[in-house]
Amino acid sequence: MSYLTLSFALIFVIIPLVLSKTLHLGLEKDTLVAAIRSIVQLLIVGYLLQYVFDAENILYILLMVLLIIGAATQNARKKGAAIKGITWKLVITFITIEVLTQGILLGLSITPATPQYIIPISGMIVGNSMVLSILFLNRFTSEVETHENETELILSLGGTPKQAIHRQLTDSIKASIIPTIESQKTIGLVQLPGMMSGQIIAGADPVQAVQFQLLILFLVMTSAIITSIMLGYLSYPTLFNQRMQMLVGKNNKV
Amino acid sequence: MTDNAAIQFKNVNYSAGGTHILKDITGVFVKGKITTLVGPSGAGKTTLFKLCNGLIPPDSGEIYLHDKHIDSYDPVKLRLGVGLALQDATMIRGSVRNNLALPMELQGKQLAEEHANELMEVVDLDKQLLDQDAKEISGGQRQRLSIARTLVNNPEILLLDEITSSLDRVSKKDVENLIMKINRDYGTTIIWITHSIHQARTIGDYTWVMMDGSLMESGESGLLDNPENNAVNQFVKGEVE
Ligand SMILES: Nc1ncnc2c1ncn2[C@@H]1O[C@H](COP(=O)(O)OP(=O)(O)O)[C@@H](O)[C@H]1O
Ligand SMILES: [Mg+2]
Repeated sequence: MSYLTLSFALIFVIIPLVLSKTLHLGLEKDTLVAAIRSIVQLLIVGYLLQYVFDAENILYILLMVLLIIGAATQNARKKGAAIKGITWKLVITFITIEVLTQGILLGLSITPATPQYIIPISGMIVGNSMVLSILFLNRFTSEVETHENETELILSLGGTPKQAIHRQLTDSIKASIIPTIESQKTIGLVQLPGMMSGQIIAGADPVQAVQFQLLILFLVMTSAIITSIMLGYLSYPTLFNQRMQMLVGKNNKV
Repeated sequence: MTDNAAIQFKNVNYSAGGTHILKDITGVFVKGKITTLVGPSGAGKTTLFKLCNGLIPPDSGEIYLHDKHIDSYDPVKLRLGVGLALQDATMIRGSVRNNLALPMELQGKQLAEEHANELMEVVDLDKQLLDQDAKEISGGQRQRLSIARTLVNNPEILLLDEITSSLDRVSKKDVENLIMKINRDYGTTIIWITHSIHQARTIGDYTWVMMDGSLMESGESGLLDNPENNAVNQFVKGEVE
């Protein structure tokens, strides 16, 4: 696609602008900002990737992956503000996911060790892991709050923090993973996954595109479960102190 | 005085949510006796119980259990020895049996059928209830279940927070008799928060009166007949709620 043909795509920015204006929806500014941001951000990523691909330097690949992890952490940490050291817990989780998935992919030669494969797959996996973290942290924070009396009851009867928070923890892990499982059940029936569509449009053999998509789906499934479990087990101890006392909710000092 | 203290407070302060809830509490709960604890809502009674069970730490001051500093106990052992029945009688998800068995399960043990039946009988609950959903039983039944559950660990000290508030007059008497029997038979130290001055006077050997986070008066329960402090006097006569 040339920049000239791409410029025709701006028609699809103008349509919402005109509609918003005539119907007084007040969305003109946001639409414009969104359009400009996507142009700038994606072009930067495109040129950056081209540079990294050409350079074929392992250091650049590493840097890109770290960038991805950094951005994902930045996005997810706000949801876990109540949990001490959430930034590092997220970083550790994302790194584990990345090392594990790439380790299997590269170790078993499922994908070649080139930036063309490593970087986009890392982006997809860590991106998914980020969404899972946000789902998990949202749910866990609210479960802890709603079931504070049960936590207190179990502690008062001589239960450990782990016993006292177990139900909230497993419920939150389950709840955060269910959307991933559900969406995979209907995949391909209504909407083709974005990556697969892209490959087919770019001229790839549909069956091969499907094989690749399946690989990603299974990676997503694994990383989803590992993300929630890891984050859960890293997070719950920070809600208690050494004397097995709850530090959040009613007993909060502020 | 100290060698017959089950629990002793020395200048204990506690605040949460920006509120000074307990103010310089100094006093003793006598070993093997029943101490009743009265005071208007919000006086800090429940908070005091949570300190005794180790659920929360004081901001300043010391708490001693059988003359040993509370922090020198392992938290789990402390809580097994100091049983707490909270006023809301919270239930976990599951059946009545699940709730009754909870203290055992937390220790990795099982509650034997006979033991379960025995406990149900002690608090006058029908065995048929065991397999019902704990959410479905009445407020009064929940309070009895909560008492039974606290008894499972055979604590040396029993902290009872308004455990008869949802019970009718006859059931109240039953629970009072049960607690007095436990106190007599096992020498269990009882500390009982109640809204009823009458209950506090008749059940208690000793009484604490708390108001607005402070311990106003304490001593033998007869003090309720003729409190020295004016505010306490008004409260006892039912003029302050
Ligand atoms: N976490 C908290 N944050 C703010 N205030 C609290 C908190 N816990 C208890 N309080 C306040 O402390 C006071 C004492 O509470 P509580 O111990 O439950 O009193 P009581 O059992 O005597 O009715 C009440 O005014 C209550 O609102
Ligand atoms: Mg209370």
